[in-house]
Amino acid sequence: MTNEQQFAASFAEIHPPLGRREALVEANRCLYCFDAPCSNACPTHIDVPGFIKKIASGNPGGSAMTILNANILGLSCARVCPVDVLCEGACVMHRYNQRPIEIGRLQRHAMDYFYAAGRRLPPAAAAKPGRVVCIGAGPASLACAATLRQRGFAVTIFDSRPLAGGLNTYGVAEYKLRPSDSLLEVELVRSLGVEFRLSAEIGGELRIKEMEEQFDIVFLGVGLGRTQPLGIPGEGLPGVVDALRFIADYKMHRGALVGRRVVVVGGGNTAIDAATAALRLGAEEVHTLYRRSETEMPAFEFEYDLAKREGVRFHWLTQPVAIHAATKDNAAVESVECVRMDLGPPDRRGRRQPQQVPGSNFRLPCDMVIPSIGQSRLLDFLSQFRDIRLAGGVVVVDPATGQTSNPRYFAGGDCVNGGREVVDAVAEGKRAAAGIACILAAKAEAMLEDMHG
Amino acid sequence: MADLTTRFAGIESPNPFWLASGPPSNCGDQVQRAFDAGWGGAVWKTIGEPIVNVSSRYSSVDWNGLRMMGLNNIELITDRPIETNLREISEVKKRYPKHAVIASLMVESRREAWHAIVRRTEDAGADGLELNFGCPHGMSERGMGSAVGQVPEYAKLITEWVKEIARTPVLVKLTPNVSDIRTIARAAKLGGADGLSAINTLNSITGVDLDAFTPRPDVGGQSSHGGYCGPAVKPIALHMVQQLAGDPECGLPVSGIGGISSWREAAEFLLLGCHSLQVCTAVMHYGYRIVEDMIEGLSNWMDEKGFRTLDDFRGLSLARVTEWKNLDLNYKIVARIHPELCIGCGLCYIACWDGAHQCIHIEGASTPERLLAESRARSAQTPAVVAVDTAHTPLARIPKVDERECVGCNLCWLVCPVERCITMDRVDSGQAAESWAQRSEHAAEP
Repeated sequence: MTNEQQFAASFAEIHPPLGRREALVEANRCLYCFDAPCSNACPTHIDVPGFIKKIASGNPGGSAMTILNANILGLSCARVCPVDVLCEGACVMHRYNQRPIEIGRLQRHAMDYFYAAGRRLPPAAAAKPGRVVCIGAGPASLACAATLRQRGFAVTIFDSRPLAGGLNTYGVAEYKLRPSDSLLEVELVRSLGVEFRLSAEIGGELRIKEMEEQFDIVFLGVGLGRTQPLGIPGEGLPGVVDALRFIADYKMHRGALVGRRVVVVGGGNTAIDAATAALRLGAEEVHTLYRRSETEMPAFEFEYDLAKREGVRFHWLTQPVAIHAATKDNAAVESVECVRMDLGPPDRRGRRQPQQVPGSNFRLPCDMVIPSIGQSRLLDFLSQFRDIRLAGGVVVVDPATGQTSNPRYFAGGDCVNGGREVVDAVAEGKRAAAGIACILAAKAEAMLEDMHG
Repeated sequence: MADLTTRFAGIESPNPFWLASGPPSNCGDQVQRAFDAGWGGAVWKTIGEPIVNVSSRYSSVDWNGLRMMGLNNIELITDRPIETNLREISEVKKRYPKHAVIASLMVESRREAWHAIVRRTEDAGADGLELNFGCPHGMSERGMGSAVGQVPEYAKLITEWVKEIARTPVLVKLTPNVSDIRTIARAAKLGGADGLSAINTLNSITGVDLDAFTPRPDVGGQSSHGGYCGPAVKPIALHMVQQLAGDPECGLPVSGIGGISSWREAAEFLLLGCHSLQVCTAVMHYGYRIVEDMIEGLSNWMDEKGFRTLDDFRGLSLARVTEWKNLDLNYKIVARIHPELCIGCGLCYIACWDGAHQCIHIEGASTPERLLAESRARSAQTPAVVAVDTAHTPLARIPKVDERECVGCNLCWLVCPVERCITMDRVDSGQAAESWAQRSEHAAEP
């Protein structure tokens, strides 16, 4: 087996595609609810019963268009959405004492058909005056750009990385979404006539000024920053790799060196992605530390179940306080020093705060540490833009339009919501696009009036 | 346990379940296997001068992923020599003396031809004869099958020829492809028939291949109309057997055929007056084994209802079929939605709005369009990941019936996927029973 084959085998998709017949049977189970709870539970409001019935009738192309009309990233959302707590969680079949309809896999069925058949979106509307720049090439910007471009506006996307797609390309576990699939969606957006400037330098007073001169509206879809540092001694050792970098590295290089005993720090979905990936890459043991208990863990239940099934070991109420090297001369990680935690009284938000148990320190031997305690806020970067109000490190927007406190700036995705699902980013990108289109249309009208005075 | 012994037009069988004339009763081996599985009788696949069949013979109508809701066939009568069929009938009768073996017959419309085949078949030991005046495809083009069954005079004449020499009971199998099936039944009665079998298959084209543009079944790029059968035709068959059983001028016992695939349909045909039941498509779909549940299910139902024999309930529902003009205009029912069972699918709501009388409502929405708009607006503001209550339907999603407006049409109850969630309950209309006939009469009074 080649490395690539071995890698593909280790990272086989956890939700394999439905066969044609399987999809038909599943689609026919759908009751075709009116005012369907699944559609309402979808942040992008895909007409779920509508696209499912089109699969049942043998109209997969129409089905895919129903999805894409609401969500340009239908392919990746079908793969990465936490459907248990979205559409499938809302399915009325639960109350019928039956399995919910497999909406995610049916959506994937339609989207796979769309891409495999080489289908295209209808051409963009006639060109309209107005130029928009989207900063960041992740889901929010892609959705915003596609929507605006479809309506006839000129859109350019800037991103500092060499590939577009943001976390869809770089940050989602391989067994959920492959970079090649994420890039298919990027190509779809490009096919609409959206211009991409990748590996671009963004920021700096001059560049921002230049950008504001070139474009009428700026959409910020910049996401969040790097994984937050643990803030403990030993964090700089070479065996310490943050989760996002770890995931991006193994995805881009189709493999990565991992330790024999890996410790992941954090209890979120990214921590799970990193832990299960470490196992797939050959780690013998993977330990996850979380400073609260099982019930407070922020990862989705199905993610946690997956990790448990695959053999990740969880250490609750455990916080790392130092990472130790083997010797003074050998910088290799030798262990993580941990301390036991207790849950104190609930704070103002009702969350019980963990407190260290004095004298409970112990060492967990390991040779690699993957911090995954959430992404940092891009405070420095965002504060370069004039008059954009931030709160808690994220951009404040009008929830109806996505407009920021600077009327020429709109924003959406993780930099606004603090880090949620891909489908939320798409919904926010779409919402901002509608807001931007309104402003540009009003501006064009005002110009016409001036001309005809 | 209930007694299912059947006596129909002088033919006896241990139970009322017979294979209808068709592919499942094509040869002796098949019929013996069917009897071993529990079938009470078999009408042999139509015997006559052997024909040549085409390849590609059946096509079906699938529905929402379920196969063979209706089946269409262009296969003709037996393609095996008469003597082979007759020899096998003798063998089967020897081994299964208590089971009913009826020979379906179809020959050209000559008196001598009919006399010859009747004589030979009875000599072989058949318990009865079924004259195939019903096949709608192929044979009808040659002046046989439904070509006979669509003309009362022909049907009567050939029945008379057969009765001139027949020693066993003679059944006439009727085609539904007529404007009033009773006219042919009455002709058969005049010709001396002892019983009727109904219905044969309906003229049909099941569909068109959307790539090849050829209707199905495709025989080298062409097709021909076939005979439609299976679950889809049951309502048509029930109506026709009710017409026959309820017709005093006809007065012949009926063997019911058409879409019977379980004991439930069997009970329905019996309640509308049938004496025996014939099954073909369901066996073609699932095999002879289905008869086990048919026997057991019917017996259990009879025990539950206190019926000891088939005669105890045969035709029980006939008196409840009347003309529309006799129905009580003041009988009133309304739909009631039981909230504890509602799963919130909204199907009753949209069916009532778009397909009925706009009397089911969801609070706070004046029309379905407003409801959708408001849902969208609301969900745009709620956080994406919500704790979904999978056990209870939110009260706001449970539709409510405006009983003053409800006309009692049943549509909501029919579309509701949950059993007993919607019931149609009787309410007092405050008026004495009155039919349209009575009302017209009163209106005509001075």
